[in-house]
Amino acid sequence: MALADHLPHSRVARARILHVWLALALILVSLFSLTVGATNVTLGPALWKITTGEALTRMEAIVLWDIRMPRLILGLLVGAALAVGGAVMQGLFRNPLADPGLVGVSAGAGLGAISAIVLAGLAPLWLSRIAGDQLVPIAAFLGGWASTILLYRVSTRRGRTSVATMLLAGIALGALAGALSGILVYLSDDRQLRDLTFWGLGSLGGASWAKVVAAGPIIALALIAACTLGRGLNGLALGEATAAHIGLHVQRVKGLAILTVAAATGAAVAVSGGIGFIGIVVPHLLRLCSGPDHRPLLINAALLGALLLVLADVIARVIIAPAELPIGIVTAVLGAPVFLWILLRQRGMVDL
Amino acid sequence: MDRRAFIALSLALAATHPTRALAASDAQDVIALGGDVTEIIYALDQQHRLLARDATSTFPPQAQALPDVGYMRRLSAEGVLSFAPSLILSAEGAGPPEVIDLLRAASVDYVEVPEGYDATAISAKIEAVGAALDVTDKAKVLAEQTATALEMALARAKQTTGPRKRVMFILSTQGGRVMASGTDTGADGIIGMAGGTNAISQFEGYKPLSDEAASAAAPDVILMMDRSGDHASTDDELFSLPALQATPAAQNRAVVRMDGLFLLGFGPRTAGAVTALNRALYPPEPWHWPITCRTAASHGRGYSMSGWRWP
Repeated sequence: MALADHLPHSRVARARILHVWLALALILVSLFSLTVGATNVTLGPALWKITTGEALTRMEAIVLWDIRMPRLILGLLVGAALAVGGAVMQGLFRNPLADPGLVGVSAGAGLGAISAIVLAGLAPLWLSRIAGDQLVPIAAFLGGWASTILLYRVSTRRGRTSVATMLLAGIALGALAGALSGILVYLSDDRQLRDLTFWGLGSLGGASWAKVVAAGPIIALALIAACTLGRGLNGLALGEATAAHIGLHVQRVKGLAILTVAAATGAAVAVSGGIGFIGIVVPHLLRLCSGPDHRPLLINAALLGALLLVLADVIARVIIAPAELPIGIVTAVLGAPVFLWILLRQRGMVDL
Repeated sequence: MDRRAFIALSLALAATHPTRALAASDAQDVIALGGDVTEIIYALDQQHRLLARDATSTFPPQAQALPDVGYMRRLSAEGVLSFAPSLILSAEGAGPPEVIDLLRAASVDYVEVPEGYDATAISAKIEAVGAALDVTDKAKVLAEQTATALEMALARAKQTTGPRKRVMFILSTQGGRVMASGTDTGADGIIGMAGGTNAISQFEGYKPLSDEAASAAAPDVILMMDRSGDHASTDDELFSLPALQATPAAQNRAVVRMDGLFLLGFGPRTAGAVTALNRALYPPEPWHWPITCRTAASHGRGYSMSGWRWP
């Protein structure tokens, strides 16, 4: 019944084996991320102290529990969200070029987040009291949602998505969101301005438990929803008419996919700023390894995205310690050459 | 009093204030964030207690030998904590806020030194730093010295005859756009102190000016931060900007460049900055533009209040 049953067996097997390897690597990298940093606090002695009932020093407790732990969790969530957002979007548009960052969805989410930051003082008190810490992720989600829907409406006619229109519309939407953000940046004061500049480069440096609580549920829901999309996206790959003929509820799949991308991208952008290349590179790499079946692909994307972002974050905070590099710079420096390499390898194999 | 009695008395005095003596001399456990804060710590002769500083702390030059924890608005919580400081002395506006919350929580004394762009603000800064380092008396003396020097500099600046020069502070000319300082900035404060008028009073903070607004502001003098050694070509570039071509400043090629921290630091050297800027704005005839003021690099235990020289 399922599409994967008709694919070569080796690919399916490879995708399943990949789950295990990625999960193992993810655990190792996570432990590594808890162990390295500018201070000489390490995980081993702290764990030893906990098991022997000895009290941690205040420094160990703060570094491990309040600095590295929320940072690791946010890194895992954001990396998974970005990669899954990219994979779902590429499935939805049936195009490997689709990426929330490339087609303006991140810019829309960024506009939402910036509005919440700059205009928070103007919001009525009851609103900020209800929303509180959730205000920025919610605003980012709404911004990402609005731009995803606009993008889809503009580029799809009678169930057919025009790739050229999508890219152009994405550029236009991105520019518009950028311009509106520019107006808000202009309105912001000197201090907010410098904050926003760094925010645009992306960083997990401001990670806190409050942010985990604010963005975590949204990203977790988006990831769970994405895992149910595998079969639907496989169907969509055949074209919408065929997908409907094999009994797929096309509109429901598309709606859920848009919601997923918006939530994942929106929340990720709100917490960490602009982090590029994860969303486009990760699904590409995985398709090269284990084929186009979306069901293992989405899970692997979440694992590999989380893995790469946590790794990039370790590099960002260790390489120039005691100072810290914006993580967007690291992912771009590592991601852009990899992306070019993939394109060169694929030339002639994939018709863009 | 003979020598032995004097030593006995000193020991007795030291014994009554053991904690103070210890705090003021021994503990090496302070991180300074902000160029002005670092300057004040050196002026109070407490630099031996510094573990590290931020990227904006570039004066005195010795400070640059200390480890750098990065730009003060983008600190890394773990990076700062890796020095295990017991006191963080920070200028206002260090960030990001989440990192500052963590530093405050991490059993570290975190003291924020209030920002401000006038004479009272400078005294307040020095006294805040002195109180945090437990050298209140020294800080009081330095604050008074600084206030007196500043009063004298302000009085000298007031004696300036003739119409007040309209000064436009330009932060950058990136892409041909003039980023100028409005009100409520350090630049606005120092221009006023030095006897000039800020040519831009329509907005607060630093914002890009339209070419027409820059022309309409009609500055007599352009004030900029001195970033590099060679200015010959940049002056040409500056005055060939459409925004500035029609201004009196361009006709006289009137530009003053001063070290950013010296000009905008609002610390112990501000009296010198006021005098330097005042002389640069109202030069004794005859004079040739452009003018670049450099801060004296020499610095030891004796603190130079007016560390500048003429080109």
